[in-house]
This record gives sequence, C-alpha cells and structure tokens, in this order.
Amino acid sequence: MAEIIQEEQKQKGVKKKAKKFSTRIDMTPMVDLMCLLITFFMLTTAFSKPKAMDITMPEKKDDPNIKAPEIAADRTINILITGNDQLYYYFGAADPKKPLPQLIKTDYSKDGIRKVLLQRNKTVFKAVAELREKVLKGELIMADSTLDRKTKELKKSDKNAPIVLIKADQKAKYKNLVDIIDEMAITTIANYAIVDISPVELQMLGESPAPAPAAQ
Amino acid sequence: MTPMVDLFSLLLTFFMLTTSFRPQEATIIDTPNSISEKVAPEKDAITILVGKDNKVYLSFDNGPDTSVLIRKEVLTKMAEQYNLKFTDKEIHTFTIWTSFGMPVDKLKAWLNTEDPKEREKFQTGIPVDSTDDQLNLWVRFIRIQNPDAVVAIKGDADADFKAVKRVMDILQDNQVNKFNLVTNLMKEEAKLEE
Repeated sequence: MAEIIQEEQKQKGVKKKAKKFSTRIDMTPMVDLMCLLITFFMLTTAFSKPKAMDITMPEKKDDPNIKAPEIAADRTINILITGNDQLYYYFGAADPKKPLPQLIKTDYSKDGIRKVLLQRNKTVFKAVAELREKVLKGELIMADSTLDRKTKELKKSDKNAPIVLIKADQKAKYKNLVDIIDEMAITTIANYAIVDISPVELQMLGESPAPAPAAQ
Repeated sequence: MTPMVDLFSLLLTFFMLTTSFRPQEATIIDTPNSISEKVAPEKDAITILVGKDNKVYLSFDNGPDTSVLIRKEVLTKMAEQYNLKFTDKEIHTFTIWTSFGMPVDKLKAWLNTEDPKEREKFQTGIPVDSTDDQLNLWVRFIRIQNPDAVVAIKGDADADFKAVKRVMDILQDNQVNKFNLVTNLMKEEAKLEE
C-alpha cells in the first residue's frame, strides 16, 4: 500500500511539475523564417508595372512616285534636340534658298517648350480639358475607351492645330526624345512626327543661336 | 511577441498575394518618365533593350501556342543562317532563359556557362551595324514565327538617341511601324495661362 501511495504521490508530483512549465511555444524560429520570407518578397516584388507609350512611325517607302505629304508651313513647329539637354525650336520651314528662320532656345521645364506648345494648341487643349473635367465631375458618364476616342476626335478636329516635327541630332539622348513625345501627350497635340534632321538645321544649330526672348 | 508575429503574418500574406516577380533582364535599365498610363506589353512581346552603354539586348517569349516553342524555332533558324550547331540541351536552355545580348557565335558558350557571374561577361550586346546586322535577322525570324508579337523598346534614359534610332530603323525595315516605348509613370499637369 505504501508503495502505491508513493507512486500516486510521484504521479501527482509529475503533474504539478508539468503545470509549472509554460504552455507557450517558442516562436523565435517562426519569426525568423517570416522575416526572411518578407524580405525575400519585398526585394523581388515589382511594385510599379512598367508603362509604355505608343508611337507610330511613318512607313518607309523607297518608291520615288510617292511624295511626302505637304505640310502647311504656318502650322509647323520644329523642335531640335541636341546634346547636353539643349533644346531649340523654330516655326515654319528651313529652306536653304530663303533666309533662315530664327532659332529660339528653350528648355524642358514647365515654362519652356510646354508654354510654346500650349499657346499654339490652345483650342484643342481647352476642349480636351473641359471634356475631362466634365467626366471627372460626373456631368458626363462614359467609359474610358469612349473618353479616349472622343479625345482623339477633338485632337483631330482643329484644322489649325500645330504640326510638330521632332528632330534629334547625333548627340541627343534617348531621354530627351521621350520627354518631347511626352510633352505632345501633355499638351494634347495630335500631329507630330520624328523626322531626320536636315543639313540646314544642323548648320543652324552650329551657329549657336541667340538666347531666347521670352516665349510669346 | 504575438502582435509582432501577427503583423509579420499579415505582411507576409500581403506580399505573397500582391507579388508579381520582376523579370530577369540582361542588364539594369533605368527607363525615362512619361505620363502614359498604358501598361507595357508583357506577354507575346518582343522587347529590345538598349542599355546605358548603348548595348542592345533582345528578349522575346515562346508565344501563345504552347505546342510551338518560338524561341527554339528562332534559334534553329539563326543557327542555320550562321552555320552553327546547337545540342538539344543548349536549345532547351535557350527556350527557358529570356533576355540576352551577344553575337550569335557566342551564344553556345553563354548557354554552357553555369556560373551567373561568368555568364554576365558574355553580355556584350547584339551587333546592329550594317555589316553584321544580327538584330535585324533575329527580329525577322521572330516575326515570321509570331507575326502578332507586340514590339517594345526599353531604352535607358541615358542611352544615346542614335542607338535607339538605329533600333527603330531596323524595326521599320521589318515592317514594324508601331511600337511601344517603355517608360515609368510620372504625373505632370499642364495649365493654360490666360
């Protein structure tokens, strides 16, 4: 009997000891692992998906019978991109036989080329801005695709909207080109093209044009 | 301890669910900014990368049809053109990897290099000059296999316009007149002053 009691006492003793142990699990390894996984995902995640701008170039044709379309000189703005983030523009066409148009120096800032383009593209820009505001305020309800189409129609509607010819020389950076194409999107200009720079224009650039009078 | 673990699990779940893995590219390219909100094409696309140092890299996928591996077909065509022989194992490796930038005769060595650091040394750019215009051939063979592929140019902000223009010319020679320029989104506002 005594032995049995002793055993019972022993069992009780074990139980009591077990109660003293904490029931908590050691979570440190789990936390370690989680930290590692979080770091891994944070580093491999690509948060901002790359965006893209569409660009359509005119088809290259070797057929001499097909002439380049005539462009109204009074609608044309020529933008010349060159090295060191330098930017120039002139209106009309540069004909070597006639006196050369004045080259005006500008820059990529808000008050630079954007001001010039906005001034020339006032009507379209206003119309597009109005349409977008109406949609934002909820006065007009339309799907994004419809808005895109309407914007395109508006852009094409103005027969006096400027035509921009973008010309970059050998020293220009790719960033400059993208900036200027982006400027076209900002100022809602529909007609623009990337064109090869002509020898006359290169000569004009070489002449180190006078610094710009304030943009009109 | 428990709140921290809670937070960690939340973060972990968040990252696991939102993750879209960054594709591995032959070189790091810092794209210029624009206001464009159109998402760059990811699938069924030919991406031509122009690095800071004007090296040209190419990346294209196997196409929508899983029974035809476009990368394999294109590599076979290129090998024929340049009288090169690739083993089945090399072709298989090529179908799995994505972007590359080296003359076609260096491809074999690149495919057989195990060490990633060593492999990087092969990325010397695809020749684009008119004497040995390999990019032109690559683009042509890809377009034969997959005429619907969207073409994107991913140029570094500091790349020369000259180099990008050359790539555009090559694309136009292959009747690609519409392409995407990959950029980063950056909002800009314009206001008309009265």
